[in-house]
Amino acid sequence: MDFRDTPEEAAFRDEVRTWLAENLVGEFAAIGGGRGTADEEHWDLRMEWERKLGDAGWIGLSWPKEYGGRGATFSQQAIFNEEYVKANAPGRITFFGEGLLGPTLVAMGTEAQKQRFLPPILKATELWCQGYSEPDAGSDLANVKTRAVLDGDEWVITGQKVWTTFAHHADWCFVITRTDFDAPAHQGISYILVPMDQPGVTYRPLRQMTGAGEFNEVFFDEARTPADMVVGEVNGGWKTAMTTLGFERGTAFMAMQLAFEREWRNIADIARKNGAAEDPNIRDRLARAYTGVRVMAYNGMRMQTALAKTGSVGPEASIGKLYWSNWHRNLGELAMDILGPAGQIVPKAGDGEYVLDDVQRSYMFARSETIYAGSSEIQRNIIGERVLGLPREPR
Amino acid sequence: MNFAFSEEQEELRRSVRRFLEDKSPSAEVRRLMETTDGYDPKVWAQMANELGLQSLHIPEEYGGQGFSFVELVVVLEEMGRALLTAPYFSSVCLAANAILNAGTDEQKSALLPGIASGETIATLAFTEPSGKWDANGITMEASSSGSGAYTLSGTKMFVLDGHTANLIVVAARAAGSGGTEGISFFTVDGDAAGLTRTALPTMDQTRKQAKLEFSNVPAQLLGSEGDGWAALSKTLDQAAVCLAAEQVGGAQKCLDMSVDYAKVRIQFGRPIGSFQAIKHKCADMLLEVESSKSAAYYAGWAAAEDNDELPVVASLAKSYCSEAYFHAAAENIQIHGGIGFTWEHDAHLYFKRAKSSEILFGDPTYHRELLAQRIGI
Repeated sequence: MDFRDTPEEAAFRDEVRTWLAENLVGEFAAIGGGRGTADEEHWDLRMEWERKLGDAGWIGLSWPKEYGGRGATFSQQAIFNEEYVKANAPGRITFFGEGLLGPTLVAMGTEAQKQRFLPPILKATELWCQGYSEPDAGSDLANVKTRAVLDGDEWVITGQKVWTTFAHHADWCFVITRTDFDAPAHQGISYILVPMDQPGVTYRPLRQMTGAGEFNEVFFDEARTPADMVVGEVNGGWKTAMTTLGFERGTAFMAMQLAFEREWRNIADIARKNGAAEDPNIRDRLARAYTGVRVMAYNGMRMQTALAKTGSVGPEASIGKLYWSNWHRNLGELAMDILGPAGQIVPKAGDGEYVLDDVQRSYMFARSETIYAGSSEIQRNIIGERVLGLPREPR
Repeated sequence: MNFAFSEEQEELRRSVRRFLEDKSPSAEVRRLMETTDGYDPKVWAQMANELGLQSLHIPEEYGGQGFSFVELVVVLEEMGRALLTAPYFSSVCLAANAILNAGTDEQKSALLPGIASGETIATLAFTEPSGKWDANGITMEASSSGSGAYTLSGTKMFVLDGHTANLIVVAARAAGSGGTEGISFFTVDGDAAGLTRTALPTMDQTRKQAKLEFSNVPAQLLGSEGDGWAALSKTLDQAAVCLAAEQVGGAQKCLDMSVDYAKVRIQFGRPIGSFQAIKHKCADMLLEVESSKSAAYYAGWAAAEDNDELPVVASLAKSYCSEAYFHAAAENIQIHGGIGFTWEHDAHLYFKRAKSSEILFGDPTYHRELLAQRIGI
């Protein structure tokens, strides 16, 4: 048991740190720190930063070299993510392409699709959004109704997607559609790549309780895309969709944990400064939150070791999302209790404007974290059934 | 980074598990828990002779095998899983560590080989009737009778295996001292003159406790006089880590029992594990059990390294693992329904051990306050 870097890991860490120290300067350094998955502040500057990362070969680290990646090991990917957070670098926005669609194409795409779409992801010149959920298809993703019909050499797509992050910035969308309405739900699905900039694609922001509108509704009204934009088999799209979901952020977990630990420290500082830290109940909750974020790190390290050794993970990985989303939700509640009445006053409210500060936004956004990317209830079902082998409910 | 046990450590785990399945099945736990002494001398000797368990982390120069807290954590987890009823925690995790932390080289050479061989059953007596786990709980004063001889008078309570120990390490203070000042360790023979030992009937019968009343009992100073708090504090941190490892083993066993039952118990025409209420309870238990493993294993490593992190990690692991074990043991009863409430079913044995372990050496609230202080809140 050893928690130090190997010489190779230390060398790689040094490379990352050096590059960040030399390049994360000026305007880029000023916009550092993430504010949640869908934060849109300083968009243009962050896109410029993404292109800088891309030019230096830091995007798609884990992709095979033949597709423009670096073939980085799990350990290297984790090291990059950790150093990135430690340096307080700007929140990433190319996640949907780099982390989801890209690896899906590497695993299941045609050569033509790989040649066409992978390079622009690596250079951050093309942005993606994810067209999965619909008003009637949330946890029950297989219930999608967005229709795709082949018309000559084009798919014609009609339907509605919801909760689509960055739809208004994206160039392309990977969409789960229904191509066979007679087959059982999981068997009539096709995963299709659709360009966003066309008359048949419109979107409107969904205002969320934080006041912001990062999530969107996207409307496909006879939108068109070439016939060869299907990833995987026609009607075999459920497998492709699950492949995408399977690229869980195992290697980004430790980076996320570092950011959470930073949040904890900030909240502990606030409590010390405003006297809340003298209250035994607040002290207990702060210590409990500290315990939680350290145990999160230990869980992550165990998982990372298993990934590096065997390429797969054990039960300690399945609890990841359930654990961190619960922890972060509790932290938000503690933060608000520490702030007291002062925490109920926001930077702006009224005349259609509603702006929260960082702590308030984190607290409120946490209410969605136990819901998106598999709600806590779904996570418990998955853990119960796939990890513990408990029987499924009859449907 | 390598946060995993080595193949040798996993083999040690397998050996211990096999041994305990054979020597400490439920029937044996139940038999021994009804006795006053609470252990089987034959099995105790086999633990030492066949597996070298008592000598595991004691340095080789004192008759031990020279392994570390990492191996100890593996072994303790298995003992917790099997509810081993024996004076192992007291002898190895308390007394041996106190001697290692406080004793002179000569004293270590004199006292540790007996513990390592299993011949000496030992324990640490520091809590008193007030039930406090910190320095303020020590009110017993040591009297010096001149030329390096001491006597002890007063009462120690909740002493693990205090009534069967051959060797008792006692924490007492100099007359007039307070707080963490003036604390010293002493060693006392189990059958010393003036020492009255009373076995206490415990709710958790698998862990024996005793009241020790000292009336001018002759005692030997262990280590140097008056500055024993640092060594005691470290011993308590190491004890917390050891207990956390036991708790992990017990919690995993409770999860296993719950899941096995949920798969076979049929009600309303299907296994109860197919109902989300039960399924979600099990999922929550898995989250806590896996997390408590991470905490206890990391704490074991910190103890092995004896690094700066140990005090923080010890309190963190003890509080987390205590709650995880108690939740698992409680939910295990709940999932079993009525049968989980019977004496005949093993669920109550784990439930009772979970509670006694939760309280031993400071409950979660106590440790979180200690943690808060240690991280500067």
